[in-house]
Formats: sequence, structure tokens, C-alpha cells
Amino acid sequence: MSEAVLTTHKLCKRFGALSATDDVSITLLPDEIHAVIGPNGAGKSTLIQQICGSLRPDSGRVELLGRDISIFDTAARARAGIARTFQVSQLAMEDTVLQNAVLGAIGSRGISWRMWRNAQQTPTLIARADTALERVGLIEHRDTVCANLSHGQRRQLEVAVALTLEPKAFIMDEPMAGLGAEGSKTLTAFLDGLRLEAPILLVEHDMDAVFALADRISVLVYGKVIATGSAAEIRNSAAVREAYLGDAT
Amino acid sequence: MRIHETAVNTAVLLALLSVPAFAWWTDEPFTITLATRAAVLALAAVGLNILLGIGGLVSFGHAVFFGLGGYAMAILAFHAQNYTELNLGIGVIDGTNSMPVIWLVAIIVSAITACLIGLLSLRTSGVYFIMITLAFGQMFYYFAISWSTYGGEDGVSIYVRNQFPGLNTLDPIQFFLLCFGLLCFTLFVTARVQRSAFGVALNATRQSRARAEAVGLRPVRLQLVAFALSGAITGLAGALFADLNRFVSPSMFSWQLSGELIVLVIIGGVGRLIGPVIGACVFVALEHLLGGLTEYWHIALGAILLGIVLFGRGGVLGLLTGQDGARV
Ligand SMILES: Nc1ncnc2c1ncn2[C@@H]1O[C@H](COP(=O)(O)OP(=O)(O)O)[C@@H](O)[C@H]1O
Ligand SMILES: [Mg+2]
Repeated sequence: MSEAVLTTHKLCKRFGALSATDDVSITLLPDEIHAVIGPNGAGKSTLIQQICGSLRPDSGRVELLGRDISIFDTAARARAGIARTFQVSQLAMEDTVLQNAVLGAIGSRGISWRMWRNAQQTPTLIARADTALERVGLIEHRDTVCANLSHGQRRQLEVAVALTLEPKAFIMDEPMAGLGAEGSKTLTAFLDGLRLEAPILLVEHDMDAVFALADRISVLVYGKVIATGSAAEIRNSAAVREAYLGDAT
Repeated sequence: MRIHETAVNTAVLLALLSVPAFAWWTDEPFTITLATRAAVLALAAVGLNILLGIGGLVSFGHAVFFGLGGYAMAILAFHAQNYTELNLGIGVIDGTNSMPVIWLVAIIVSAITACLIGLLSLRTSGVYFIMITLAFGQMFYYFAISWSTYGGEDGVSIYVRNQFPGLNTLDPIQFFLLCFGLLCFTLFVTARVQRSAFGVALNATRQSRARAEAVGLRPVRLQLVAFALSGAITGLAGALFADLNRFVSPSMFSWQLSGELIVLVIIGGVGRLIGPVIGACVFVALEHLLGGLTEYWHIALGAILLGIVLFGRGGVLGLLTGQDGARV
């Protein structure tokens, strides 16, 4: 079997009496989309924060390509190859679409100490940014100020910035949120191809998208993984139906 | 009405140049001195604008660097004029009245101090950041007051302006041109930095720290560099200010001065390249025109400030160019 790209080992995080993640061990294998589903408040975003380094677990560890990255800060994890998209868009709102994409290129290439050359006239940065914008279909909006983008376009830009990092693994927190049927379909098709570049850990509420995309699904309830399996297995699992899917159908 | 920002930048600098040029023609040295004061305060505020405008960090202690620049000049020139040696603890050096040397010392001392203050203050944010930078300002202020070697509360007078190769710095128009040249050079450097990878990263960090970290940037590191650059420029301005007045006193370290620098930036337009220059010109003009009529001229300044904060977030420049966002 091929080695996992990303692994969490028994991640635990408590907020007071609340166990937001409870012994969560999951793996992300090469070329796969591993969906994490669960009701609101199940701890999905908390899990993502621990993987990306913006929240320290109480115990447990995170490995990227067999290397323990638990002591890495967020920036180091990003440079090591973890690209995250946020549930609520985190963009430089006063900047243009292009500047946001260039920012990704600057960060991942580790050249933020360069203080003289015009970043927006640096061919290598522009090429990387434009490629990403082209792929998500934002290229004709490259000079639009982010604040003037529609919600859906901001979601696309989140993905584009992640692409500029050329990561080893994508971690996406509800990328479809608020996209509408048309937008979800386009993004679903895009993510379907993206898995071959780098595997995707996908937190998503849109069940159509999840069942269409996921090679494997983990179900998180009250901070615990209650099941992991193929889409068919999860669909037919009694425990999952009771805990989660039951109230959705 | 929208005017292109580059056109405004050029117009502002030409205006600042034309006033003393005219005064020189009509032989009014006092007006030249006023213009020099505006240019030097503008330079100090250009420094602050890097931290405040691009970095989004409200430093209420930038007088520290202004004062350090001033005292760097005063101490070096003081020993030069008294023919005494300056004991640094690790060795003894002579004073100097060479402006380039003084500037270099002012820049280095300010940049190092800015790094140290940054290391401590960047652990905090928001109001705590404002308070801790204010506290550093007060620390330096009281230290200067108690430093009797250099005049304590009374400050130090330097009788002859320091020298710059090839210029007669005592001639007001020549000293103005020197300060104006430094201002233009610094604006050019700032514009480059603002558009560079560093500038884009710092600017994005201000807008979303989470985004910056998620693409592999380290906010504190970027902010620390911004602090050093910002402090160095304000320090250079302090050295020029001391040479303009041929006098320094602890008031260069005062919190009022820190506040005035913030006011200059806000009046002109936060984060705008030429904003501080407009702010400084407005400030010096008001100070001169109204200051002669009433000692309460700050009330007028306050009213303008209030108007800008309430109605035009982009400051004077925002009104002119019809946009209140910044930058790059
Ligand atoms: N910083 C925090 N402090 C306290 N409780 C938190 C914090 N962050 C999340 N929680 C709680 O942890 C639980 C999991 O939250 P979250 O990971 O956002 O859920 P999900 O993304 O699955 O909807 C929720 O009950 C939430 O209220
Ligand atoms: Mg969530």
C-alpha cells in the first residue's frame, strides 16, 4: 500500500468540558479525496485548525509524508506543503484578485524579504498566479478589487490561492458553502481532477458533492470519528444513519 | 472627480518645492524655514506611515525614533563643538559635524531600537500595542529629562549647523533642498518597498493575518522589518529636525509628538504614499497661519481631523482621488 501523505495520530482538543476532537486518527492517501462529514459543531473546523497549525492539540500528532510536523507553526506547515482554504473566506479584501494570488506565490516561494523588485512585474510570480486564476476561472477578474467580488468568486479565489502554493495536500473547509447549485457543480468537477495533483481532505456539507467526489468518507460526531469507509459503506452504515445521515434525509 | 494618484503626488511635491523657491526669490528666509519644517515632519510621518498605513500597527511611540535621531545629532555635534571625546563604554570616539555620518548613526540607532521595541510590543495587538509603544515613548522622554550631560530638561543647543560636503547648510534654501531631496528619495524607496514582495505580504498581513500565515508568511517577522524601516526613516527625520532648529530637547520624545505624527498621517490619508507630505503641509500651514492669531489653533486642527475621520476616511488624498482604500 502506498504511504499516507497526511496522517493525524490520536488528536485530542478540549474546550473546557467540551471534547472538540477526541482521539481523531485519519489518513490522507495519495490521489484521494477524503471527505470529513458530520453535523454542525462536530469538530471539523477544529480538526482542520490542528492539522494546519493554527490550533495546538492537547495531545496527538500530525505527520506530513512521514515527517512529524506537530511542532511546526502555521507558516512552516504551509511551506512544507499544506494548503488550506477557509470556511469563511480569508482574503486581502482591499487588494486585487491578482495580488491575492501573487501573495500565495510569494509565501510559498519564501521570498517575502525581497524589498525592491515590483512583485506584480515579476514574471515567475505572475505566471504562477495567472495559472491558478485561469484554472478556477477568475482570470478575467484579475484586476478586480477583492471586496467587489461576489461571494462565489471569493470562494473560487480561496481555491486559487491554495493552488499557487503547489502543495502536497489540500485541506478544504466547506469550499462549496454558499456557492449555489451551478457553482457547486463547477467546483465539484474541478476538485475531481485536482486530486491527482495532490490529495484533498474535504470538509463539506453538500452531500451530493461528497458522494460524487469522495474516495473515502470519515464521519465525525461530537469530536469522535464514528466510521471511515467508502461512500457506499458510509451510506449503508446503520450507525452513521442514526448519528448523522438519518436526520439529513 | 477622480485624479490619478501619480499626478497628485507630483503636484504635491512641486507645490512643496515652489513655496520656498518663491520665498527665496522674494528673500523671505522664514518662509523657507517653514517649508523645511514641513518637509522634515513629512519625512518623519512617511516613516510612521509604513508601520501604520501598510502594516496597520498604530504606534503611539514614534517620537522615540524622532528623539533618537535628534539626540544622535546633538550628542555627536555637542562633542565636536566642545572638542571633547565621547565615551561609549567600549571605547572613546570624537564627535562629528558631518551630516552624512550623523544620519547614518541616527538611522542605525533608530532601526536597532525599533527592532527591540518591536520584539516586545508585537506580542500584543490593538489597544495594548498602542499602550506599550506609548510606554516606551514615555520611558525615553523621562530618560532624556534626567540625562544632565546633555542638558536634561533644557536640552542642548548646537551653535553651527552641521556640514554637508559641497553645500552651505546655513543658507536656508540649500538646507531646504537637502531635506527635500531626502524626502523625495525616501518616498521613492517607500514606493518601491510598497510594491515589492515584502510590501504585498505586509499589506496582506494587515488585512488578514490568517491568510498570510496560511500561505507560509510569518506576520511578526514582516512587522518587525516594517518597524525597523519605519523607525529608521523617522530617526533620520529627527536628525534633520535637530539640525533645522539647531537645538534638541526631551520634547522630541514626547507623546504629543507621537500623536502629531499620527495626525499628519491621518490628515493626508493613511497608507497613501504622499499622504504624510500633504498632512505635514496642512499642519505647518495651520500652525503658522492660525498659531499667530490664537494659541488655541489646535482646536481648528482637531476640527479638521474630526471631519476627516467622520466623512473622508482616505484623508485629503482620498477626497482628491475619490477612493479611500489605499495603495500599491
Ligand atoms: N475556540 C473555541 N473555544 C471554545 N469552543 C470552541 C472553540 N472553537 C470551537 N469550539 C466548539 O467546538 C465545537 C466544534 O466546533 P467546530 O470545529 O467549529 O465544528 P464544525 O466545524 O464541525 O461545525 C463546537 O461546539 C464549538 O462551539
Ligand atoms: Mg466548521
